[in-house]
Amino acid sequence: MNAQMMSQIGEFIIALIVLLGALLGALSAFGLIRLPDVYMRSHAATKSATLGVLLILAGAFLYFTFYLEHVSAKLLLGIVFVFITGPVAGHLNGRAAYRSGVSMWDKSVHDDLKPALKRERERMRESQAVDSSKAGVNEES
Amino acid sequence: MINSMLIASLVILSLAILGCLYRLIKGPSMNDRIMSLDTIGIILLSMIAVLCMLFRTTVYFDIILLIGILTFIGTTALARYIERGDVIERTNDESDR
Repeated sequence: MNAQMMSQIGEFIIALIVLLGALLGALSAFGLIRLPDVYMRSHAATKSATLGVLLILAGAFLYFTFYLEHVSAKLLLGIVFVFITGPVAGHLNGRAAYRSGVSMWDKSVHDDLKPALKRERERMRESQAVDSSKAGVNEES
Repeated sequence: MINSMLIASLVILSLAILGCLYRLIKGPSMNDRIMSLDTIGIILLSMIAVLCMLFRTTVYFDIILLIGILTFIGTTALARYIERGDVIERTNDESDR
């Protein structure tokens, strides 16, 4: 009687974890629809979707470990893989968006990357000019 | 009890995929579409995990890993293509001279 009740409570907690992960996925979709800007939308899509997947996969891992007696290394590998690659993909996408000139929201007030990028481009242009002048000297001599 | 909660979370996840599809169709820039495809892949992965728990089978775990890897590679390739114009850089300087 007692063991059966414990097992039912454990099942309920695992289902609650899975339901919480699903709600986080729905929250990330809501942010993807409602936020005004690529960068803010990337904030919503990357973080909360990754956390939702982590919760669901952890719930599946617990369920298969305790109720079906099957410790799945594949599921653990999936958890680690999503945990590593989700933020990396978000970062790459935001970098590509900024460098290809997607504009920010009208009401955003601060942009630290703009002067840094300008400086870097000036430095690259100077070094290219130095290279081409050296090449010209070599050809003349 | 647990079956009904799992089915409820499947329904919630499908609604989330519908929301991502709206951003996929409407998105003003290309990066919005890439991001929404990434989110669709991740949500699909978690739907398959919930489906595994619902059917009490372990045969779909390979598909979880496969979808995770394919989503990451697709997002990386598309973002690099948007940023630089090609996916794989060729850096052999000998052919330029």
